[in-house]
Formats: sequence, structure tokens, C-alpha cells
Amino acid sequence: MVAKIDSAVHIDVAGLTMAYGANLIQRDVNFTVRRGEIFVVMGGSGCGKSTLLRHMVGLLRPAAGRVVYNGASFWDADDGQRAALLRGMGILYQGGALWSSMTLSENIALPLEAYTSLSASQIREVAALKLALVGLAGFEDYYPASLSGGMRKRAGLARALALDPEILFFDEPSAGLDPVSARQLDDLILSLRDGLGVTLVVVTHELASIFAIGDNSIFLDAAGKTPIAGGHPRDLLENCRDARVQCFLRRGELKE
Amino acid sequence: MAISVKSESPPEVAGERRDDGVFVLNLSGTWRLDRNQPDYNPWRRLKNDPIPSRIVISGRGLEQWDSSLLIFLRGIQQVCPPKVAVELENFPPGAQALLRLARPAAPAPSPAKLSGLIQVWRKFLDDTRYTLEFVGGLTLALGRLLCCRAYFRATDFWAELQECGPAALPIITVISLLVGTILAFMGALQLKLFGAEIFIADLVGIGMVREMGALMTAIIMTGRTGSAFAARLGSMQANEEIDALQTMGIAPMEFLVLPRVLALVLMLPLLTVYANLLGILGGGLVGVVLFDLTPRQYYLQTVNAVTLSAVFSGLIKSVVYGVLIAFSGCLQGLRCGRSASAVGDATTAAVVHGIVYIIVADAILSIVFTLMQF
Ligand SMILES: Nc1ncnc2c1ncn2[C@@H]1O[C@H](COP(=O)(O)OP(=O)(O)OP(=O)(O)O)[C@@H](O)[C@H]1O
Ligand SMILES: [Mg+2]
Repeated sequence: MVAKIDSAVHIDVAGLTMAYGANLIQRDVNFTVRRGEIFVVMGGSGCGKSTLLRHMVGLLRPAAGRVVYNGASFWDADDGQRAALLRGMGILYQGGALWSSMTLSENIALPLEAYTSLSASQIREVAALKLALVGLAGFEDYYPASLSGGMRKRAGLARALALDPEILFFDEPSAGLDPVSARQLDDLILSLRDGLGVTLVVVTHELASIFAIGDNSIFLDAAGKTPIAGGHPRDLLENCRDARVQCFLRRGELKE
Repeated sequence: MAISVKSESPPEVAGERRDDGVFVLNLSGTWRLDRNQPDYNPWRRLKNDPIPSRIVISGRGLEQWDSSLLIFLRGIQQVCPPKVAVELENFPPGAQALLRLARPAAPAPSPAKLSGLIQVWRKFLDDTRYTLEFVGGLTLALGRLLCCRAYFRATDFWAELQECGPAALPIITVISLLVGTILAFMGALQLKLFGAEIFIADLVGIGMVREMGALMTAIIMTGRTGSAFAARLGSMQANEEIDALQTMGIAPMEFLVLPRVLALVLMLPLLTVYANLLGILGGGLVGVVLFDLTPRQYYLQTVNAVTLSAVFSGLIKSVVYGVLIAFSGCLQGLRCGRSASAVGDATTAAVVHGIVYIIVADAILSIVFTLMQF
């Protein structure tokens, strides 16, 4: 166990093929995410980014291939190991996915009540801290329905942070945020990584944020149904020859 | 968050006052949420001393940390009076950055809370107003339908007809047959005392046609279809789908409510006729098999007993029930809040209100028909 924890590779996705029934979404997806890295998943709308996240967090079973965490394959693990792996993950869903009949602080408290032995007052403090981190201090007693779309997104983020997970999966965290909040979100992501050593897998279309935070990336292509590029986003911008990647990274303005 | 794996020492806080009046807190050890946290308040320590000019918190001895450290630091910042500066020294830059992000902003307005009694009264007023509005809206929509100006899709209407009619046949079959048998049995035991078994046919025929056929069908359809209306419209409301219709200029009352009301009002009388026939069949089976009546006897007796006005009184009731079921289902659905539990509440309310409406309407109609000798 000790050796595995010290090894640099945190997540290894090998030969992953994703399909909904007979409908192939992506095949031969291969990448590794190192510990403490911010990994960006890019691609046009509908190419399967959210689907990739759902495969990584165990909501969908791969049609082929493996998802390996710390050397342990997720789908080959038994239920107990899988539960332990899941406890170390925090997930922000594209739609926020807050539990609509609970207040924000109850949303954050639920995993804490289930998995820690903290007292009620400590749980309240943790919830307040997490909400403050995403700029929602004071909104503890609001129901999701009475928040704006961007606030819901940030509240989902706070819930993903609840258990201080080792790996965070964010599905379009900055969608619906104003530029300033989006910038603060990037700061938060960087501080989480620098401060707590969290590994992050982020799906995002936000070019500014891709270049600001990304250490490594993969580009999924919808037409070919397979990844066509990967690497540090700046490297991709400068060195990748593929027209589709260039088009994406330059907002459709192709390099002469 | 364990990054190194050396043995961990417990989290500790040590406070000391320096000669220049600065109070220094030294934090050490591993700070983890799943461990005990030190319970430390500098003001308890400083009770009898003069207030220091600054508090310096030093993180030199820290090993590993997570949110619990941030919570502790925030706690210190909160208990310190504003004129005392709190400074961090030798903290990992990540911790300082996170703490900066978590600095409390302007407090959010707290959601309005009303006292219990006022809330109940408000809710009652709201409910009443909404119900009246709904009745009005539905009437207007029906008016537009008569002028052929109401907008809904034929496919939706067709699907609802399917759902309210043929799809309900199996359960209606089972329940009506059984109700017919039960009626026959209950009556037969008494009638047998007088040797009047043949009147089982009258009892079952009139009982089903006037009352039980329509009532049982309506109650089944409340549970089956009224609840489905509420759940369907309720989750559309929760997803802002209804808002989307409205902003496109499509009236939910016409697009969603009308086809459902029409479908149920058309189908419920048909189902009732079917239920009546099966109930009579069930009664006949009991009469023939257990009480030595011939099928022909039973048939002739039934035809004699069941008058056209009895059949119509049952059908009129079923039309009214159809309106009421669709009404309570759609009303609760459109009224639904934006959460998962609100959808559940709407469904429950649709069924409960639906059944109450049906029973009340049944009582009123029965009295009216009796007075009219219909
Ligand atoms: N539950 C499902 N059943 C069948 N197909 C699905 C399902 N969910 C998504 N798809 C299909 O899978 C493909 C990828 O969807 P996905 O949600 O992963 O896209 P995405 O890359 O996240 O897009 P976006 O950037 O718009 O969120 C789409 O073509 C979609 O039609
Ligand atoms: Mg997506």
C-alpha cells in the first residue's frame, strides 16, 4: 500500500471503450493522471466528456478497458474496496445534482454524517467553511430551488469538497459563472491542489481556465469517436497539428 | 489526504505571550477531520491579561492538515475583536490561499420565516386562491377548445386516451369481477333466508350500475391515473419545463391539462360500462354456481331490474368523477414545488384530494338523484 501511495500515477485509464448499449461513444481512451495534477478533458459538445466521468466514478461500466486508481482496478475491486475508492472522490455533476429537498448545509452534512464521527456542531462548521470557500457564506439554510443557476453550481462544488476527497471530478464547473467567479473558481482549484494535494479531473470548455489550470489534457473527438490529442494545453496550442484541436483551442479562428 | 506515511502526532495548540505584547499560537501535529480537534479559545487563556495588540499564529510545527485546520483558524478569526490583528506565519501557501478564499463575505439575507399559525393561514389562502384560479383557467381553456382555438398535440391526447382507457382494463377487470361477486355473496346470504335468491340479480345489477361500478372505477383511476398526472406535471414543474412552455406562449392549461381532462372524461364512462358488465357477470357466476339459478333466469331478472335511468345515473356520476380526478391530479402537478419531495407531496395530495372529491360528489349526486326520483 505504501509503495502505491508514493507512486506518482494516481489514475490510469487503459483501453477504455464507452457505449450506451449498441451506441458507441468513445473507444480506446488511454491516459494517466498523476497525483496532484489538474487533468482537463476537452472536446465538442456531445462527444462524451460527461460519459467519461461517469465511467471513472463507477456509474457506468466500461464496455472494454480499465480504470485504475492507485494500482487498483475499479471494476475488478470488490464492493468494500469500491466503496472506499468512492469515498475518496468528490464529484460535481454538470447539472449540480443537489438534493432538492435539503438545504445547502444539509446537502453538505449528509456525507459527513454518513462517513465521519463529527459532532453536529462540527459538521455545521465544516459546511460553513465549504460554502465560504465557494463564495456562498451565509447561504447555509437556503434550498437549492431558491438559488441562481451559478450559485447551485457552486453549492454542488461545496458538496463535492465535503469529505476532503483525494480526487475531484468537476463537470464544467465554470459553466454559468460570471468571469470573476470563474476566475475565483480557478484560484480555488489551484489552492486545493497546492494546499491539499488533491488530484483533479476537470471537464471544461473555458479556454482561459484550460490554459490557467491545466497540467495535462485529453481531447475527445465526436466524429471519430476516439481521443485525438493529449498533453499540456499550451503544448497542444503550440505544437498540435490537428486542425480540430487548433480550432477548439482558438475558438474557431484557425492559425494561418 | 495522507501524502507522507510517517506516524502522525495529534494536533496541538500552544499559546504564549511575548514580551512585546504579541500573543503567539503555535500549531503542531497532524490536523484531520476524523481526529479529535483541540478545543482552544485564546480569550479563555487571556481572561485576566490585557488584550494583546496582535495575535500571531505559527504553523511551523504542522505536519499534515485538511479542512479541520481551516475551521480552527476561521474560529480564531471570528472570536477575535476586530481591533486585534490576526497574522499567519509559516503556513503552507495552500492553506493561506484557501483561508483567503473562505473569508466571510457580506452576510447573505436569511430566508424569511413565518410563525406556524400565520403559515397555515397563508397556505390555506394560497391554496384556495390557486384552486379558484385553476378552475377559472380550466373553464377558459374549455371555452377556447369549443371555439377550436385551444392548442395541444393530437399525439399527446391519443397517448393519454391510451393511458386512461385500455391500459387500465386489466385492473378494472379484476376489481369489478370481485366486487360483483362480493355484492352477490353478501346479498345472497340474507335473501336465502326468504328463499328469494333470484333477487341477487336485482341487487347486483342495480348496485353495480347505480353506484359501485362508477365508484370503484373512479377510485382505481385516482390511484392509477390521477397520481400519474400529478407526478408527470410535478416533475415538469420541478425541471422548469412548464416555465419553458409558458415563455413560448404555449398555455400549460391547454397543452397539458386539457388533453388529460378530456381523455379521462371520455374514458371513465366507458370503463364504467365495462366495469358494470363485469360486475354483473361476477354476480351471475355466484348465482349460477352456488345458488342454483339458471343463466337465463339471472339474465332476464337483471334486464328487468336495471332501468335505463339507473344506467344513466351511474354514467353521469362517472363523468363528474372523471373531471374531478383529472382536476385534482393536474392541479397538484402544476402547483408542485421545485424539489423531489415536492413531487411526492403533489402525488399524495392528488390521490387524497381526488378520493375525497369523489366521495363528496357521490353523496351529493345520490341525494339529488333520489330527490329527482331519477
Ligand atoms: N443515458 C444515455 N443513453 C444513451 N445515450 C446517451 C446517454 N447520455 C448521453 N448519451 C449520448 O452520449 C453522447 C455523449 O454525451 P455526454 O453527456 O457524455 O456529452 P458531453 O461531452 O458531456 O457533452 P456536453 O459538453 O454537451 O456536456 C451524446 O451523443 C449523447 O447523446
Ligand atoms: Mg457533459
